[in-house]
Amino acid sequence: MAKFKCNICGKTFEADAKPEKCPICGAPADMIEEVVEETAEKVEAAAEATEAAPKKKGIDTNGNAYTIIYASVMVIIVAFLLAFVASALKPTQDANVVNDVKNQILTSLNIQSTDIEADFDRIVSDKLIQDGALVDYDGDFKTSYGEEIKAGNLHLFVATLEDGTTKYVVPMTGRGLWGGLWGYVALDEDMQTVYGTYFSHESETAGLGALIAERKFQESFIGKKVFADDPAKVALTVTKAGKAEGDNQVDGVTGATLTSNGVAAMVTEGLQKYIDSFRPAGSQAELSLEDIPAVEEYEKIETIEQEPKQEF
Amino acid sequence: MSKLFSKENGAVFTGPLNINNPIAVQVLGICSALAVTSQLKPAIVMGLSVTVITAFSNVIISLIRKTIPNRIRIIVQLVVVAALVTIVSNILKAYVYDVSVQLSVYVGLIITNCILMGRLEAFALQNGPWESFLDGIANGLGYAIILVIVGFVRELLGSGSLFGFQLIPSSALMENGGLYLHNGMMTMPAMALIILACVIWAHRSYNKEK
Repeated sequence: MAKFKCNICGKTFEADAKPEKCPICGAPADMIEEVVEETAEKVEAAAEATEAAPKKKGIDTNGNAYTIIYASVMVIIVAFLLAFVASALKPTQDANVVNDVKNQILTSLNIQSTDIEADFDRIVSDKLIQDGALVDYDGDFKTSYGEEIKAGNLHLFVATLEDGTTKYVVPMTGRGLWGGLWGYVALDEDMQTVYGTYFSHESETAGLGALIAERKFQESFIGKKVFADDPAKVALTVTKAGKAEGDNQVDGVTGATLTSNGVAAMVTEGLQKYIDSFRPAGSQAELSLEDIPAVEEYEKIETIEQEPKQEF
Repeated sequence: MSKLFSKENGAVFTGPLNINNPIAVQVLGICSALAVTSQLKPAIVMGLSVTVITAFSNVIISLIRKTIPNRIRIIVQLVVVAALVTIVSNILKAYVYDVSVQLSVYVGLIITNCILMGRLEAFALQNGPWESFLDGIANGLGYAIILVIVGFVRELLGSGSLFGFQLIPSSALMENGGLYLHNGMMTMPAMALIILACVIWAHRSYNKEK
């Protein structure tokens, strides 16, 4: 005996086989459904069947041992995969970083390059300052100069431009509002006038401090003088927006005073470090001939300089 | 083939693009949508990265779904996603360096994008690899569409350019004596939120008519 249910009248009835019409309301056969009763036995059998499936394979995916082995194997596979990918792509990535730094240096020289590698090698040479003189640097190209400057390796990039003039590019690092700043300042041969700059940052505020990475801000340095009256003290600096006066000051970025201060400190201190240890041959000759012809006056300046030092 | 492109799979694919869009309807993955849309190019790269990562993590999880111990399934999902994100981030650094500099930390943060974990947990653990692949692609594209719309508006109004190509001549700018001024607000993340809200508004009222 099987149970049937009529979908029209909703009644259930028992019969040996599916009847041709409902014995209660007379609805046709396709309105009648067999009702499968889920007896306790059947439920048990079904449960056993599903449980038996993983047991057949001999694996219990929720067991402790399985979980631990699964996790370990997965981690090892992933570790090998990542190590492989990282080491396979490392040379290309490093080349990109080197290329980027070279492009930054070229940008500070106001050069828009399409073939960075070739242009850099043709125009720029990487030198070290040792005992006030320049020596060729023949190690690997450095991509960050903060550590190098701290370690006393002062890199100076000497660029020979198309028109035959020589420019010096000074690398520098500093701190902005949220993170590190870095930049390259290109100076004329006598190291008195700014020829071009490049600045960038790790994480300054987008739309405010981040504007130091824009050409508009960087180009406002062009033509500014490094020194004011004192030929040994860097006077080039960044002021508050709209407050710049004279040849030594550059307007900061509106709404980003702290970032502008960071750039000011970086430029002044960075240049000072280089000026202290290196003077190009031309500049001192020029100074003694034009600016300070009298020896007495020169001494006077020296004494004036010494006085505040003693006060400290 | 007919099974691969059946009606159910069609629904799996078109759902996330429109009526079940991860950003416009489910409002997932907003953080990165605000951060990387100030220009069109990073928005597209970000959209494609998320699409690729969602699709492949869906496929991988779907393939191993029967072997994953239930108690550590979230960790397994995270490891798969993290591995894929690291690979994609390495590839970006190697082949599109300037874009990877622009995207900075946001590529790494794809790991925490809710869309990914949501799809793995809700879809890939219950469905086969092909359906999961479609679901991943569709959700990634649904995310990418919104990013591109927001990026388009922000770059056009904020800097007057598209893909970095200047559309508004510099002589028309106010600083050069013209009459046009870029809308600086558009470059800020707050404006992305407002544009996103407008997109959601338009999307909902359009779907209401249906």
